[in-house]
Amino acid sequence: MLPYLIKRLGSLIVSLFVASLVIFACIEIVPGDPASFMLGVNAQPDTVNALREELGLNTSHTQRYVSWISGLLKGDLGTSYTYRSPVSDIVADRLQVSVPLALYALTLTILIAFPVGVLAAAWRGSAVDLFVMGATQLGIAVPNFWFAILMVIVFAINLGWFSAGGFPGWDAGILAVIKALTLPAVALALPQASILARVMRSSLLDTLSEDYIRSARAKGLSRRQVMWRHALRNAMIPVLTIIGLQFSFLLAGAIIIENVFFLPGLGRLVFQAITQRDLIVVESVVMLLVFAVVLVNFLVDLAYAWVDPRLRERS
Amino acid sequence: MMSETRSSRTALKSRNLFIGVALTSIFALAALLSLIWTPYDVTQLDISSKLKSPSWEHLFGTDHFGRDTFSMVMVGAQTSISVAFIAVGIGMGLGVPLGLSAAAYRGGLLDEFIMRGNDLIFAFPSLLIAIMITAVFGPSAVNAIIAIGIFNIPVFARLSRGAALPLWTRDFILSARVAGKGSARISVEHILPNITNLLVVQGTIQFSLGILAEAGLSYVGLGVQPPIPSWGRMLAESQTLISIAPHLALFPGFAILLTVLGLNLAGDGLRDLLDPRIRRTRR
Amino acid sequence: MSLLSIQDLSLSIHGQSILDCVSMDIGPGEICGVIGESGSGKSLTALSVMQLLPEGATCSGSIALSDIEILQADEQTLCNIRGRAVGMVFQEPMTALNPVQTIGQQVAETIRIHQRVSRSDAMVQAAKTLRKCELPLERFPLSRYPHELSGGQRQRVVIAMAIALQPKLLIADEPTTALDVTTQAEILRLLQRLVAEDGMGLMLITHDLAVVTDIADHIIIMNNGKVVERGQAKALYSNMNHPYTKSLFKASTHQPERLGQVEDTVLLSVQNVVRDYPMARKSLIKKPAPFRALNDVSFNIYKGECLGLVGESGCGKSTLTRAIMGLDDIQGGVISLNGKDVFADETAREKMQVVFQDPYGSFNPRHKVGRLVSEPFFRLGRSATNDEIVESLVSVGLEAEDRNKYIHEFSGGQRQRIAIARALIIKPELIILDEAVSALDVSIRAQILDLLAKLSTERGLTYLFITHDLTVVKAISDRVLVMRDGRIIEHGDTKTVFHSPHHDYTKKLIASAPQIQPVEGINI
Repeated sequence: MLPYLIKRLGSLIVSLFVASLVIFACIEIVPGDPASFMLGVNAQPDTVNALREELGLNTSHTQRYVSWISGLLKGDLGTSYTYRSPVSDIVADRLQVSVPLALYALTLTILIAFPVGVLAAAWRGSAVDLFVMGATQLGIAVPNFWFAILMVIVFAINLGWFSAGGFPGWDAGILAVIKALTLPAVALALPQASILARVMRSSLLDTLSEDYIRSARAKGLSRRQVMWRHALRNAMIPVLTIIGLQFSFLLAGAIIIENVFFLPGLGRLVFQAITQRDLIVVESVVMLLVFAVVLVNFLVDLAYAWVDPRLRERS
Repeated sequence: MMSETRSSRTALKSRNLFIGVALTSIFALAALLSLIWTPYDVTQLDISSKLKSPSWEHLFGTDHFGRDTFSMVMVGAQTSISVAFIAVGIGMGLGVPLGLSAAAYRGGLLDEFIMRGNDLIFAFPSLLIAIMITAVFGPSAVNAIIAIGIFNIPVFARLSRGAALPLWTRDFILSARVAGKGSARISVEHILPNITNLLVVQGTIQFSLGILAEAGLSYVGLGVQPPIPSWGRMLAESQTLISIAPHLALFPGFAILLTVLGLNLAGDGLRDLLDPRIRRTRR
Repeated sequence: MSLLSIQDLSLSIHGQSILDCVSMDIGPGEICGVIGESGSGKSLTALSVMQLLPEGATCSGSIALSDIEILQADEQTLCNIRGRAVGMVFQEPMTALNPVQTIGQQVAETIRIHQRVSRSDAMVQAAKTLRKCELPLERFPLSRYPHELSGGQRQRVVIAMAIALQPKLLIADEPTTALDVTTQAEILRLLQRLVAEDGMGLMLITHDLAVVTDIADHIIIMNNGKVVERGQAKALYSNMNHPYTKSLFKASTHQPERLGQVEDTVLLSVQNVVRDYPMARKSLIKKPAPFRALNDVSFNIYKGECLGLVGESGCGKSTLTRAIMGLDDIQGGVISLNGKDVFADETAREKMQVVFQDPYGSFNPRHKVGRLVSEPFFRLGRSATNDEIVESLVSVGLEAEDRNKYIHEFSGGQRQRIAIARALIIKPELIILDEAVSALDVSIRAQILDLLAKLSTERGLTYLFITHDLTVVKAISDRVLVMRDGRIIEHGDTKTVFHSPHHDYTKKLIASAPQIQPVEGINI
């Protein structure tokens, strides 16, 4: 178990390091220089120079990279040019929206996908299965932001059950937060749940055709018992992979969905930072998102080892 | 009795394929047609007839500039399909050779390098790549294609490596090596023909994902720029007019939905048709 | 009174008839051998008793287990019968166990499913059952996972799962086919002992006549879904009625005729060959010692000879093939053909070819036979002429038109003929047959062996016949090498080695190999 963990941890650090290099390089190759890029064409030369000083553009690439990374490690994400405040403060603020939204959406995804996938696999070829396959096919094809707009028309504008956009803040109470986050979470979860349900179903069907399932049936287990005791755990491996990947889709999807609902989350922050050319914010937040994705993949690797004893020993 | 339900299931699958191909063809034809003819000129503004509801004159109504939505959906199909198509082309063109060479030199340094590179791209959510690119180079159709294309590379690299690895252990590869053939020749002669089915199926799926991604990018303004119509931006523009002209949000949305649905159904149908494993169990 | 009584069992899958009026009886303490080639319906007979048939299967007739009629029983009754009254062991031990559960859990599950006992009591019983199957707790704790065990050990766990509740009937479907000969002998002994101890009835299904001859009381021979021959094991051999039985028996003991002359010149020389595989790194500090797959291997093959190389899985046979063909580098020693080093001089490789085991995996399914067969010409730097392709196909008993077909249009035996045609096409002197007949049914195997013998006579071909199957080696080779753990431990004339083996391992190997005892007065 320990060597496996160390190896995974090592590759986590390497990925983060390389990702940071890539992000840094992207920002560095901005046409012209970052300072004049951020200020636009009409900037005064002395303002540009002041910003260059502030960004440390007069030092070498290596120095800048090192100071950026050491800042990140200390939790210092730099200072936003447009907001004129520490990026870490802004991010902390935005995380209060993004983290609950992501978790809400992920929970919905899993809560919908698992039972639906198991049901469809258990009743393979039945009307239930056909319905699930059809519905999930639609769910995958729907662009989530369009689905979000349609839900706004129905549930916010016509029925008034949920808010059409904006975030009241946690001070407004849990109910108001739920009202604000439900439609975005559903919009995010629907396509992901459709994908996951299909993966769950096909993975279960693959597992159910394995030899050891037949051995278990020969021991006297019923179909249902075989499903719960033997198939489910073995079928989890591809499902975990997809959940890991979906987390990154959730983060990216949130950028669009937060725009639909005017939610002050991380995605919207990145998006605004781009339109305002605030490269400091872009650089740090993208790095943060990549960190989240890599971390989740690491957790998925740990989950593999928990599910599959063969992985615990290998190398 | 049993065989009856079985054959009806088979029929259902081939019906899926038929519907999928039909839907995809409709949009592909609309896109082709829009190159030479559309009912109205989509660059021509006609404020006098703005925000009209669907009618025989304007099948899908008009937008706030009085442009014909039907014509815009047609041209939008062209945008979506070409962006997604080129992006998948980039992904396949670079990803498949990478995956095949990783498999040919499995366990070696090249393999490790290619696969770690893939993991790295996977660590960036696709939209984030697009945002990084547009942040640096500005929003445009080309940048959208590059952004979607980059994300397709590891998909095809992983797929072709994964499919090639078990083939490399087969005896027919040994026979080819006995005949003195090298890794590159074996990859092209023996491996590639045996994974084309998979590539075609994955290609249609990536195509549909590309269309969704392009719509998303255009929706937030990072894709194709005005005045070229695109489904995503049409939805973005419709959002402010939602209460007065809901039809503006409906038609482009359905266009995306049906194209993606068509491609997915076609992909699933193709998989069933081409995968000998499924065919065997069905026999 | 019989324990299991099958009367006129017919089975069809999706309307296609598979079994036709199969009847058999098995009494307590009795071993009934069910023999048939692939597709004979023997496995589906067994699955019918368990009612674990593939989707779309319908049965008619009667299967009575004691006083229960299986075909009328509902699912609940069947679940109660499975594992308690009837246990089943399958062919493939590598995949028959759930990879994510410990062996203890899996054996205990049989008990817990049928009896209201606590988890710990079930575990105690599981340990007892495993000990009975010769997996003592001290060496195989209950917390082991299947991947930590060898094939033979896994098969013991599967048997333990099946007999944990001392069922009245045990069905074993090709339980030893995937195992080595020595392991096979051990598992057969175990089954025999369990039958004697518990008074179970055993239905032993196999394709190999020899496996059941020693231990079965009754024998039933199936062909195309029908029982073609039945009777007491001993009586059956002296009194065969059905032509199929006769041909099966004949094929099993078939001795191909070879007339070729062995010359004195050495064709292939293998001298002190060493092949190391690097091992996966287990610790960060120490570099692991390499695994030595071939250890100082030396032998010669003379022109026109058929040399047999016998060994169990993992002994280095296939590594040797790859080394001789120059596919993998060797770490020491010299391999030369006609005096030319195969690594230094690639033209040496033009005079040897190889035929692999798996008739399904040896061909690219996307190419036509003509292209497949002409592949070896790549080494000669030209493509095969049409005449050459036709000549090679005809020489192995196929037709000229077959060159335009794809490989999936051929049966296993035909594919192996195509593999031989591919090996012959550039007129090599040496052909390495790497388990080339192991995957074939006995009757087909006999035909291929005849073909090989004929070709060697006609063309003066030399064979290196690599196999785990002693019967085949005995039938076709002039000399034998026995290989174990990467070393040649015994070599000599086939007769000498089989009659008076020196090495203990060879003795064990020969003793383990199931044989059909020639019976006086056989009339074939």
